[in-house]
Amino acid sequence: MASNKKYWKSVEELNENSSIVETLRNNEFVEPIPVDQFLGDKESLSASSTTRRDFLKYVGFSTAAASLAACEGPVVKSIPYVVQPEEIIPGVADYYATTMADGFDFANILIKTREGRPIKVENNNLEGAKTGANARVHASVLSLYDSLRLKQPKIAGKDATWADVNTKVKASLEDAKAKGGNVVVLTNTMASPSTDALIASLVAKYPTTKHVVYDAVSESNALDAFQAVYGVRALANYDFSKADVIVSVGADFLGDWQGGGFDAGYAQGRIPKNGMMSKHIQIESNMSLAGANADVRIPMTVAQQKQALADLYYAVVSGAQPKNAQIAKAAKQLKDAKNKGVVVTGLDDVNAQLVVLAINNALQSAAFNPSDAILTRKGDAKAVAQLVADMKAGKVHTLIMNGVNPAYTLANSKDFVAALKSVKLSVAFSMKEDETSTLTTIAAAAPHYLESWGDVAITRSNYSIMQPTIRPLFNTKQFQEALLTWTDNTVAYYDFLKSFSATSLAGKSWNQAVHDGFVASVASPLTAVSADYASAASALAQAKSSNFDLVLYSKVGMGDGQQANNPWLQEFPDPITRVSWDNYVTMSKADAEAAGVKNWNVANGGLNGSYVTIKVGNTTLENVPAIIQPGQAKGTLGLAFGYGKKLGLKEEMQVGVNAYALYANLNSNQSATITVVEGEHEFACVQLQKTLMGRGDIIKETTLEVFNTKDAKVWNPVPMVSLDHKPTAATEVDLWDSFDRSVGHHFNLSIDLNACTGCGACVIACHAENNVPVVGKSEVRRSRDMHWLRIDRYYSSKETFAGDIVEKEGASGLMDSIDTFAGMEDPSENPQVAFQPVMCQHCNHAPCETVCPVAATSHGREGQNHMAYNRCVGTRYCANNCPYKVRRFNWFLYNKNSEFDYHMNDDLGRMVINPDVNVRSRGVMEKCSMCIQMTQAVKLKAKREGRAVGKDEFQTACSAACSSGAMKFGDINDSASDVAKLVESDRMYHLLEHIGTKPNVMYHVKVRNDK
Amino acid sequence: MKKVGNHKSFSKIFFSLAFVLLTSLSAFSQDVAKGKELFNTNCAACHKLDAKSTGPALRGVEAKYDKEWLYKWVKNSGDLIKSGDAQAVKVFEENNKVPMTAFPQLSNEDIDNILAYTSEPAPAAPTPAPGTQVVGEPSDSGVSNNVILGVLTLVMAMLIVMLFLVYNMLTKIADAKGLEVVQKNRSLMNVFRAFAKNQFLVLVSAILLLLVSAYFAYGWMMQIGVDQGYEPVQPIHYSHRIHAGENGIDCKYCHSAARVGKHSNIPSLNVCMNCHKNISEVAETTATEEHSKVFYDGEIAKLYDAVGWDKSLQKYTGKTKPVKWVRIHNLPDHVYFNHSQHVTVAGVECQTCHGPVEEMEIMKQHAPLTMGWCINCHRETNVKVEDNAYYKKIHEELSKKYGVSQLTAAQMGGLECGKCHY
Repeated sequence: MASNKKYWKSVEELNENSSIVETLRNNEFVEPIPVDQFLGDKESLSASSTTRRDFLKYVGFSTAAASLAACEGPVVKSIPYVVQPEEIIPGVADYYATTMADGFDFANILIKTREGRPIKVENNNLEGAKTGANARVHASVLSLYDSLRLKQPKIAGKDATWADVNTKVKASLEDAKAKGGNVVVLTNTMASPSTDALIASLVAKYPTTKHVVYDAVSESNALDAFQAVYGVRALANYDFSKADVIVSVGADFLGDWQGGGFDAGYAQGRIPKNGMMSKHIQIESNMSLAGANADVRIPMTVAQQKQALADLYYAVVSGAQPKNAQIAKAAKQLKDAKNKGVVVTGLDDVNAQLVVLAINNALQSAAFNPSDAILTRKGDAKAVAQLVADMKAGKVHTLIMNGVNPAYTLANSKDFVAALKSVKLSVAFSMKEDETSTLTTIAAAAPHYLESWGDVAITRSNYSIMQPTIRPLFNTKQFQEALLTWTDNTVAYYDFLKSFSATSLAGKSWNQAVHDGFVASVASPLTAVSADYASAASALAQAKSSNFDLVLYSKVGMGDGQQANNPWLQEFPDPITRVSWDNYVTMSKADAEAAGVKNWNVANGGLNGSYVTIKVGNTTLENVPAIIQPGQAKGTLGLAFGYGKKLGLKEEMQVGVNAYALYANLNSNQSATITVVEGEHEFACVQLQKTLMGRGDIIKETTLEVFNTKDAKVWNPVPMVSLDHKPTAATEVDLWDSFDRSVGHHFNLSIDLNACTGCGACVIACHAENNVPVVGKSEVRRSRDMHWLRIDRYYSSKETFAGDIVEKEGASGLMDSIDTFAGMEDPSENPQVAFQPVMCQHCNHAPCETVCPVAATSHGREGQNHMAYNRCVGTRYCANNCPYKVRRFNWFLYNKNSEFDYHMNDDLGRMVINPDVNVRSRGVMEKCSMCIQMTQAVKLKAKREGRAVGKDEFQTACSAACSSGAMKFGDINDSASDVAKLVESDRMYHLLEHIGTKPNVMYHVKVRNDK
Repeated sequence: MKKVGNHKSFSKIFFSLAFVLLTSLSAFSQDVAKGKELFNTNCAACHKLDAKSTGPALRGVEAKYDKEWLYKWVKNSGDLIKSGDAQAVKVFEENNKVPMTAFPQLSNEDIDNILAYTSEPAPAAPTPAPGTQVVGEPSDSGVSNNVILGVLTLVMAMLIVMLFLVYNMLTKIADAKGLEVVQKNRSLMNVFRAFAKNQFLVLVSAILLLLVSAYFAYGWMMQIGVDQGYEPVQPIHYSHRIHAGENGIDCKYCHSAARVGKHSNIPSLNVCMNCHKNISEVAETTATEEHSKVFYDGEIAKLYDAVGWDKSLQKYTGKTKPVKWVRIHNLPDHVYFNHSQHVTVAGVECQTCHGPVEEMEIMKQHAPLTMGWCINCHRETNVKVEDNAYYKKIHEELSKKYGVSQLTAAQMGGLECGKCHY
């Protein structure tokens, strides 16, 4: 069967005389094998006296020695305290109430400490606390142990003492006073009344001093509008639990809009009660968290949003009918809801913000609460612009900065850096040697908030106390301490704070206030003065856009980028795109096709994408990876802040591009053009499938109307199987005998898909509680992420998920099915979105348990699926047999391994490790344990106190972190508990019920308000 | 052996001397014994006879001060100082201005008795008499063992010689009779060949060999990482025998965290100083053959050094040197063990796992701390449910289910993997 065909490997072979072909024929490896790397150069090798025999002897001896040494137990030293602090008992956790305030995130929290080390952030659940610690707040405890923190003050890059710093600053202040030079104190929003008082005393002593507040991510326009109407530089507060109709125009109020923290109230209104739930209409450009949760989502460009807002205003105020049918419907619903309606906007435009205040006032919205205004944003864009101009003109003598990094966060950072040279003395209080503090005369090492005293007024009715939970790790000083020194005040800041706060404690004692972490009072009412709403609205109505509308936003994981060196946050997948370790420009499918932008999956399961260059005005941002985002409004682009930082970060964390470069005039709405450039970007995306493919049994969804009018069998059907040729409910058929679980505790976790906003606080809480390792970008790309808890995000392929099911059912025949399903892989232009947190389902009939050859995974009577790491031999059968794909394999040793240079690789970072949970080694499987260490601790506490476990005392890390109430954990054998009621709910279903795994995690059918 | 003998004689002489001294003294002064009793109950917390403690050394104090003044001082020193008595102020200042507890309940007679006791001359330091060295004799049992062994060896040797002689004799007889002895080749090689031919035998012995070696290998490997009996040398020779045994201090007085926490803490040094502020040396009777009083006092000095206590000034210097104890009980990281569960909830005696600590001079690991050992106990031990509302319902239901009156820890779920491994 000889063939005459000749196969050409290369065109080179056509040339008979080619030397390359000859070489290749004779030599498989064209280049010599790089033995040099491990054998060194020949000379030193031959000069070595070590013979081959010697070498073998050494190898043999060291192997034998190593194996012998392994048998010897190491000597472990234990060093007790010399004088044990009375509140510390080794092995027992202490909790301290404190307040996080870093200029971007503000929250009343509890800090869990072990042997004096803060290891976890918990929500402060006292009545009146500003709850809702988001993912970044939960992760902030790891930023305390950042090994790249500024460890002592530096003057001109050299280590210095605080005495030197103070002398230098004081001399400069005196000099400025004598010469009449301007002193500028540039801070982020500290929202600290005591700091304001200290700055005022600095101004009193040095009258040329000016205080400028600069927020990296500015709400300047909203503040201007509120100030114009109410006379206070603050932001209106909203309580969405009181709203029946919520219309959001570009406001991601479940994300970081105006400081965030609205999700708890929102979720309350979203759980159907007595046939009622709130209606949420979202008009926006980017697909945001709020948009993903909306009942109706209308994608629009920024200009269209402005027009829509103007239309809404006219409709509410004068009754004019909006042209756009969807807007008209929204306006009608809003008007019908009367004071149960509310409008919010995230448009970075003072007119838009004014109009919203007008609409809410006109509606007399109950959800709108201007009196209890939010005080956590105070930045003034104009003042910052003026400061840079003054610096350029050489008018600033001394510049004192705290908590800001303008050299990174200003769009005109080049101007700032250049102008900094003309400032005689510059001081930056910073936790990092970042872009700014490396350029200033003095880099003053600032403590983390967990090492500081402070007071924070989060809203007008809240006065919170920040207390240190650990002694300063490094030679740091608080800004406030320095201010006291500079104003020749010898009082310690603690004493100053204590006496200063006396008037704000509303009758509480200092100790009580510190214990609670905050004091709640009633805010004095603010009255609106009339403003020119009509001209604001008409200005809005005239809005036009050319080019692309670029909407800059902050990601749930990264925020303004202060915690960019936090590996938990870097690895945190974005709730919408599910991409970690990156920022990117989001585009609509139509725009991407027009521009030639592509996203594709490669063989190893990774997602790749094109690069684009974005141009805003004269600024270009090069090589920005692009993601095609379903639901992105045509003609708009989205780009997240906080990435592209280069200084004060480990190399692995230096990812993404700096969106602040395009943040001209601190305005998040910009006009941009894009061009596609060469190259392909490798994303670390944890979820490649985008749609649910019409599998309505994974996320069960229904509409409010069906939910209210039809039987549960219709909208929450139990899958049927055939038993003895008779249709039988899948939950009633079983291969296995069930154990009696009615005795003792039986733990269940309930997840309400209506309340879950996808915020991801639970993901980080789980990281912190369970010592989940960080694996890095390239490993995440290989689908080796270790998150025990993931939040799946699904898009609908048609306009709605219901439409998907119709489409799926409609397919007939093989070819049609193939075509239909292929089509259903693509999400719609404006899809419905659903989030579903998935962790180990703790199946009572667990498929993983039956296949483990060494019985490393087994079931407990209390419902938990146990995993004995030390027993696991790493066959991974269990992961293969798990229908929920929740098991995670340790492909490598992730601690004390320089290949994974994250927090577990340095002594400081390891201080965050929870000592009650094992740190897993290479080659073992791990997964959610339902926080068995927490349930065990609760039981033990009850046993020690000789009492029964209290109602809802059991918690897991995720349920405790969930401020929206979507996750509830407890004992279903305790009839008083919440979960015992939830398990009986009509909406309850189990994931993949038809396979009969009998999970102990339950979900609740998502209901959309279709009215 | 020699050294031990020395110690023995040393302490023997010392004790006899002390005994003679004491008995002879008590014969003629009744009040000294009473005084000693009073001194021990009232004064010994702060005073020692020959050394400065919180208060000054009291031996011969009667000679230094006027008796009437002493009465006043003892009954209420504070008043005396307040009244401006020069001597009182001086004494107060000499002793770091630590006010002495007032003893209004002591009568003058009592004080006389105490003073009589403090006026006793110090017992002469016992010097070992020369030439009293007692050479340690080999114990009787050792001798008899050796003798028996020797005799046995001799008997064996004789038997071998006799056998050899008999064999020679027989050969000779055979030679003499002209009988030819069939010389079978009995070399080892042949035996081996015969063995090798018998496949059954080879198989059986190979299996046996494998089994036996596996048995020993398993046994050897199972003791890897099991440190039963681990008794490391500690930086301070701390004797549980003295503290828990002789003085009967409750374990949980020092290891208080065991009541509420996961760890049974190694006590912080301030706990030691609760007592050792006053106990700077051990009693003569504490010394044993193995460890002298000087040795124990030296160990207390190490504590003072670590905690930064200046014995002469009776003050903390602030210079601390935390003690690096060698940890004895090392559970692997993948095991969660909580002391309070066992100590407080279950009411398990510390000795159940840690052995007779009160008899241990140096702490050592008593139990193997293996999983089998844990589980065994969980199987055998009943859950202590009395007066614990937590267990009320679950015990009632479970015991009905299992048909027992008392549930073991295992039946309560104490064998589930995830209860200890997470």
